[in-house]
Amino acid sequence: MSETIWLTIVILVAIGSISAIVLYIVAKKFYVYEDPRIDEVVNILPNANCGGCGYPGCKAFAEACTKAEDLSNLFCPPGGSDNMKNVAELLGLLAVQKEPQVAVLRCNGSNQNRKKTSRYEGVENCSIASQFFGGDTDCTYGCLGYGECVDACTFDAMYMDKDTGLPVIIENQCTACGACIKACPKDLIELRNKGKKSRRIFVSCMNEDKGAAAKKACDVACIACNMCVKACKYDAIAIVNQRAYIDFSKCVLCRACVSVCPTNAIHEINFPARKVTAEKVEEPQLEA
Amino acid sequence: MSSFATHTLKTFSIGGIHPPENKWSAGQKIVTLPIPKQVSIPVIQHIGAPSKVLVNKGDVVKVGQLLAESSGFVSANVHASVSGKVSKIESAFDSSGYKRISVIIDVQGDEWLENIDLTDNLISNITLESAEIVKKINEMGIVGLGGATFPTHVKLSIPENKKAEYLIINAVECEPYLTSDHQLMMEKSDQIIVGTRILMKALKVNKAIIGIENNKPDAIELFSQKLSGPSDIEVVALKVQYPQGGEKQLIKSVLNREVPSGKLPIDVGCVVQNVGTAFAVYEAIQKNKPLIERVVCVSGHDLKNPSNFMVRMGTPVETLIEATGGVPEGTNLIINGGPMMGKSISRLDVPVTKGTSGILMFKQTVSNHNQYQACIRCAKCVSVCPMGLEPYYLMSLAQKNRFDEMEAAYPTDCIECGSCSYTCPSHRPLLDFIRLGKSEVNQIIRQRNQR
Repeated sequence: MSETIWLTIVILVAIGSISAIVLYIVAKKFYVYEDPRIDEVVNILPNANCGGCGYPGCKAFAEACTKAEDLSNLFCPPGGSDNMKNVAELLGLLAVQKEPQVAVLRCNGSNQNRKKTSRYEGVENCSIASQFFGGDTDCTYGCLGYGECVDACTFDAMYMDKDTGLPVIIENQCTACGACIKACPKDLIELRNKGKKSRRIFVSCMNEDKGAAAKKACDVACIACNMCVKACKYDAIAIVNQRAYIDFSKCVLCRACVSVCPTNAIHEINFPARKVTAEKVEEPQLEA
Repeated sequence: MSSFATHTLKTFSIGGIHPPENKWSAGQKIVTLPIPKQVSIPVIQHIGAPSKVLVNKGDVVKVGQLLAESSGFVSANVHASVSGKVSKIESAFDSSGYKRISVIIDVQGDEWLENIDLTDNLISNITLESAEIVKKINEMGIVGLGGATFPTHVKLSIPENKKAEYLIINAVECEPYLTSDHQLMMEKSDQIIVGTRILMKALKVNKAIIGIENNKPDAIELFSQKLSGPSDIEVVALKVQYPQGGEKQLIKSVLNREVPSGKLPIDVGCVVQNVGTAFAVYEAIQKNKPLIERVVCVSGHDLKNPSNFMVRMGTPVETLIEATGGVPEGTNLIINGGPMMGKSISRLDVPVTKGTSGILMFKQTVSNHNQYQACIRCAKCVSVCPMGLEPYYLMSLAQKNRFDEMEAAYPTDCIECGSCSYTCPSHRPLLDFIRLGKSEVNQIIRQRNQR
């Protein structure tokens, strides 16, 4: 009996020691050096693995940072400039400073503004619906409203508004990772600079149809009437493909365009309510 | 229903379904529809690059005049289907559900170009040489009329290192409800046979096979009679099985040759052309008539007069429906094309284009795509897939956006026949997701090739 126990112990010890030696040799022979700074960079990064930097996850981005000679093409949108500064300090490089950005939806074709002309019974998925047709309204550029952007958001920064049928972006939670932009088959979401005091002005329409057709399809469509272009003193607005676009790097947030837009296609966000005096100035302009 | 023994009939080896045929408009004579007041002719009615518009607003055009010129090898000319004045060139809705650049013509009279032969005389003597035929087919803007609208001259231009042995005429019409090809065969059999010989000459082959599904015994009989005795054209009756009319399935059925994955029919020595295309080729070569009209079958639940119409391109779908007695009450869905591969349209003012084989009106959809349930692993979709794919697996990958992995499961082989979605007991929208994955995978492949 005791003989069996002893034999077992000896055999196990022998197998264990041989395996240990083999493993030791293999570990030495095939040792891969990994830059210890990678883990340190990973610790600095937000670790959301959102893919906003263009790399598959934070570890891959950290690896790219440690290998890079300068960080000019590497930026972590959720972390922002401060975070990148910390990374740069650790690596002894210079970081890019970018203004914080936020996603905006460039469509206001809500259930109230855009009337439905057909009923879609297919799969409620924006990509599939957009392969199938232009949308259940006469506007083929607008939001389909099946929420693929909301599904793509990993930061819970979006939700679908049941009343309007449009997605809503929660500004404080949006990290500008760009996942929703990739998800939207209609390219309706754009990253814009957050602006002073989070104030932004943008044209909320992507319709490329001529004015009359666009207006017929949607009450708040951009009809490319040129009013905003004339009103802008800073040369920030241009009309391309039958729709206006405000260049956020030139915009000084004066709001001159917002009040002249005949279809209310230009949106202002986070501005205080207009003073009565300001309205008095606008009225004669509208009549003219 | 058939007068032929079914057990000996040829068919493809894997998959396939047999939905109810419901060919209500069968036997209805082809009626030429009156020319509408206004037509809208999209410059892209084919697969490939959009054509370049040649006319201007205000121009007066005649029937058969070139409106838009093909802008590449895989592209097709577009001709005026009516005579009149070009009132607008603007983007208008077509059956794709999107706005496309269209030439809108206000009809004035019916004036044809002088060189078009409008008589009914059968001209069976083929004078043109092979290369000239292909060139003329290209000029006349002929595309595959089975529904895919692939430019015909591309299929006829065979790469130098390959050789065609057989021309296969696809007269299967495996889609339920549709009867346009069947009726065309019954009324224009001689022209189709001449058209087939023209295509044979263009391809330099001396053997052609006309494949007809067995639910059209009259057409099989008619063609067998006309081609009796030793003939260069053989008529083959095929089993009623969807998708018998798929190019690769048809080759497997009639010749027992399998087109390998990622290859074309020409790699097994075959070129497949639709029977409607053969007729269009006859008219183009022998009568100088460009592709400006086609047979459209209008059918549906409770429709007063299911009909087959000869329609000018650009005619609004509305006009066709009115000619059959209007949209029946309770209609929920109007489909452009067949019920399996067609696509529902979201508005009635869309024009008939080269790919419109039928307009179908249904009270309810067979499958409700939005109330689907979990996959129960019954593998019905696998057993019916005529391409031997695994639809359930492809769908689950596409749902999770795992397109890189999906590529290894051959989504690009999918012919989009819809057999999987039709047969799924959980009503899963398999084809919708596979189609999505297919386009994503194609994009991945294209990006990789560019690098």
